[in-house]
Amino acid sequence: MIELQDATKRVGNTIHIKPTTLTLRTGHFNVLLGATGSGKTSLIKMMAGLDPIASGKVFMDGQDVTKLNTQKRQISLVHQFFVNYPHMTVFDNIASPLRVAGMAKSEIEGRVEEAANLLQLRPMLHRRPHELSGGQQQRTALARAIAKESRAVFLDEPLANLDYKLREELREQLPDLFAGRGAVVVYATSEPEEALLLGGYTALMEDGRVTQFGPTADIYRNPENIAAARVFSDPPINVAQITVSGAQAQLAGGGGWSVSDMADGDYVVAVRPHRVTPFRTSDADVELTGRVIVTELSGSDSSAHFRHGSDDWVSLAAGVHPYEVGEDHSFYMNPAHCRYFGQDGQRVA
Amino acid sequence: MAQIKLSNLRHSYMPSPKGPEDYALKEIDVTWRDGGAYALLGPSGCGKSTLLNIISGLLTPSEGQILFDGQDVTALPPDQRNIAQVFQFPVIYDTMTVGENLAFPLKNRGVDAATIKRRVDEIAEMLDVTDMLNTRASGLSPDNKQKISMGRGLVRDDVNAVMFDEPLTVIDPHLKWKLRSKLKELHQRVKATMIYVTHDQTEALTFADEVVVMQEGEVVQIGTPVELFERPQHTFVGHFIGSPGMNVLPCEAKGDRALFEGHEVMLEGPTHGDGGRTDLGIRPEYVGFGDTGIPAHVTKVSDIGRHYVVSAMVGNTALKAVTEHRVPEPGSEVFLQFKPEQSRVYRDGWIATEERS
Repeated sequence: MIELQDATKRVGNTIHIKPTTLTLRTGHFNVLLGATGSGKTSLIKMMAGLDPIASGKVFMDGQDVTKLNTQKRQISLVHQFFVNYPHMTVFDNIASPLRVAGMAKSEIEGRVEEAANLLQLRPMLHRRPHELSGGQQQRTALARAIAKESRAVFLDEPLANLDYKLREELREQLPDLFAGRGAVVVYATSEPEEALLLGGYTALMEDGRVTQFGPTADIYRNPENIAAARVFSDPPINVAQITVSGAQAQLAGGGGWSVSDMADGDYVVAVRPHRVTPFRTSDADVELTGRVIVTELSGSDSSAHFRHGSDDWVSLAAGVHPYEVGEDHSFYMNPAHCRYFGQDGQRVA
Repeated sequence: MAQIKLSNLRHSYMPSPKGPEDYALKEIDVTWRDGGAYALLGPSGCGKSTLLNIISGLLTPSEGQILFDGQDVTALPPDQRNIAQVFQFPVIYDTMTVGENLAFPLKNRGVDAATIKRRVDEIAEMLDVTDMLNTRASGLSPDNKQKISMGRGLVRDDVNAVMFDEPLTVIDPHLKWKLRSKLKELHQRVKATMIYVTHDQTEALTFADEVVVMQEGEVVQIGTPVELFERPQHTFVGHFIGSPGMNVLPCEAKGDRALFEGHEVMLEGPTHGDGGRTDLGIRPEYVGFGDTGIPAHVTKVSDIGRHYVVSAMVGNTALKAVTEHRVPEPGSEVFLQFKPEQSRVYRDGWIATEERS
């Protein structure tokens, strides 16, 4: 278990991580999701002991490790860039931290073999990194992290430099690879879809703070604030202003529906693109008419960007739907999928 | 803008290539119409960069011709091909303003000041950067820098084509989406011939009218995004396009049926050819759940927001299904139903069923 208590990080006079309190449990797969510069790597470095924290405390399994250096924290770290020793074979690369720890030769062999099996590196054990593909090099780095049996494994965008399909494959294996190893796994990514695919728990990060933490699918469905809704959406979530009067919500660009438990006033409504479709999905649907600006067809899905009043909306639907750019089209949205936020950005309904 | 034709193109980096395996680019024949949006899609090492370099003139092909509007340009150096390029990393001058950066390709060619101003204003308006025109480029965010690079690629209206080489690789996902849409919008407005090179299927499919899918120096399929998704000609295309990709399941083929793990599966049409390795190809989107069908054991269910991805075992074979509503429990026993018109047999990787008309 890793606990941060009001931990902050400063570089010069700039605060990189604002006071953060977070508990990551052993055996859980934890995703840090946020844009570049939101603080994911900074937070990892604080937990790993690579960067000193300015204030607050860090605990590992109940022990205060705030002042403990990295070597003594029993952690593994895998970066975005494939870091292996170029002069060593794959076997020696995986074995190196075990040798440093003074492990017996036979045990080293057993562990390297197990890790190599899991990551399908058996046939490559005697090659050197430059003879491997990018995917194999990153698998070597992952195997080293697995063989080491650490208390915490930090994976900082480990798949970012790999081809799309390879990324898909490794991403699927990762949670299983680390399951049951008694480590806290922390995985940083800037891709919302990756967080959903990895599952587990997600901490949303923005501007040096954790804005929400919980089971990944829950956070996706129930963002506590508009910032969280925006961070955790790909394609970007639709956001528009509404006015509520007498339990009726009204969009500035036209279209209204009933709401409950909302006082009269101005609010922000957010709804995901796949909930805005070119066909009706229920009797409760609200019709939105807008001029189509861009259309995209991905093979299995069609998306249309349309202007509704002064807002830009995106509709995403399975199948092929013909849209004419520059023409007006009707789109439908079921209000059940709307999330409402106050002018301060906090969720109200 | 021009029509681009690649005719019997082959390329080897070896001085005297012998077999097909010596060619980095095996045999390419493709015509891109004037004003179209095209993508070259494939994993790293598939030959797409080689092809890009041949089109831009950095590399002379071992065999074949490149024709711009019917004119043979195979021997022309890059600067005489009139092609604009946008690269993976933004190429802009930090010391210049955004406006000066956009004007640079025109100024270089001695375009008059009035035309430069008109073009720069037009492009800036399309890219939503009008308010940045007087800002120094050094202070821009990476996505805005790349936006300006794109603008520089599009500012000349006398180029034969604009080529994009993995232009969104260094852009954050949420901005990637915006830039991609912007590019699509630009194409829908300026109608330039655009060629987009990427390993990312989403980028290729959403951008292009037609996609060239490459693997190991070979074109495996040329088609619209819908064709590539709906009827992959090769298991590679089926697997590479779609997320998760098409299930490729070892089977036996008999007439218009396949035998998969002892279960008979109705195919889209009769199978042709014989011998070789046979696989049943079906996309996860077309694997449904029913009260009868192929018995399967559910191993994992991933909630990915829009829908659920179900992993299951049929006998010793793993496969995936995508579902929105009927979601089974991990560990449960279910029945799978394969949509016949989306079930095909592939022989040694290539499609071997006929479409039922």
